[in-house]
Amino acid sequence: MIFPLVVDVTLRSGIADPEGATIERALPALGFAGVSHVRAGRTFRFDVEAADEAAAMELAGALAHRLLSNPVIEDATVRRGES
Amino acid sequence: MTRIGVVIFPGSNCEYDAASAMTELGATADFVWHTETDLSGYDGIILPGGFAHGDYLRPGALARFSPVMGALADFAAAGGLVLGICNGFQVLTEAGLLPGALQKNKGLTFISGPTPLVVTSTKSVLTRNARLGQRLVIPINHFSGAYTCDDATFESLVAGDQIILRYEANPNGSRDDIAGITNAAGNVVGLMPHPERAMSTLLGSADGRVLLEGFLGLSLVGGAGDPGALQ
Repeated sequence: MIFPLVVDVTLRSGIADPEGATIERALPALGFAGVSHVRAGRTFRFDVEAADEAAAMELAGALAHRLLSNPVIEDATVRRGES
Repeated sequence: MTRIGVVIFPGSNCEYDAASAMTELGATADFVWHTETDLSGYDGIILPGGFAHGDYLRPGALARFSPVMGALADFAAAGGLVLGICNGFQVLTEAGLLPGALQKNKGLTFISGPTPLVVTSTKSVLTRNARLGQRLVIPINHFSGAYTCDDATFESLVAGDQIILRYEANPNGSRDDIAGITNAAGNVVGLMPHPERAMSTLLGSADGRVLLEGFLGLSLVGGAGDPGALQ
């Protein structure tokens, strides 16, 4: 079976996020008030062929932690995508 | 004669500068394509600056999986000299040969220019010829140069005297002004500044020499000295 999955990669809490900080600073000038704690990250979408969803999620988790994220500074989470 | 391999990944762009600096100091320098898996016969390996594999995903993230990296890990474990400059430093951290990570600069801009550094440890092959507290002006040229690590790693770096170079005025937001570090054994070093671009006062600075002469195990006078100090 084919399982569409999504991996979200974000900087770990406590790690400085200059992109998020820059976006947050720009918001008031654009008229967006009341937005705080902006964190920037990346999303990866792909399909995994596996026997079942658990196996697909496990493969995606390994991929997310070995390649898509740097565990020293980033967290990666796997979730279901839309087919 | 000391034999240095300069690894070329697709996207490396400082390999000629690195090789030229090595030959100017009396070593031989061979280019080593990133698919090479045999590093025997080399005294030292340099991972030069550039954009290995286009820096896609993260700087160093894909280079870490190049075939040469397995051989490099063995080479480093056997005590071989390993120097990662700029992108090479990023590759070494991604590969786990040095702790921590290099993050985007605090100001989110590419920064480039001669930068004052201070030697804060001489316990590495790169800084063994330098003096503690010595001020060196060496160019930097990077977008992701902010050294980052967790508290436990930082404490172990400090305890092991592994922070070899700090910025005099922090240009990129790196933790504790860190510009370069070494592994615990002192034979694997990484730094964001480019010592190979500071080889001549005619071109702005010759302060890279004391570092690269140390890397080659040359005597303090420099030039094509006796690399016997390596043994």
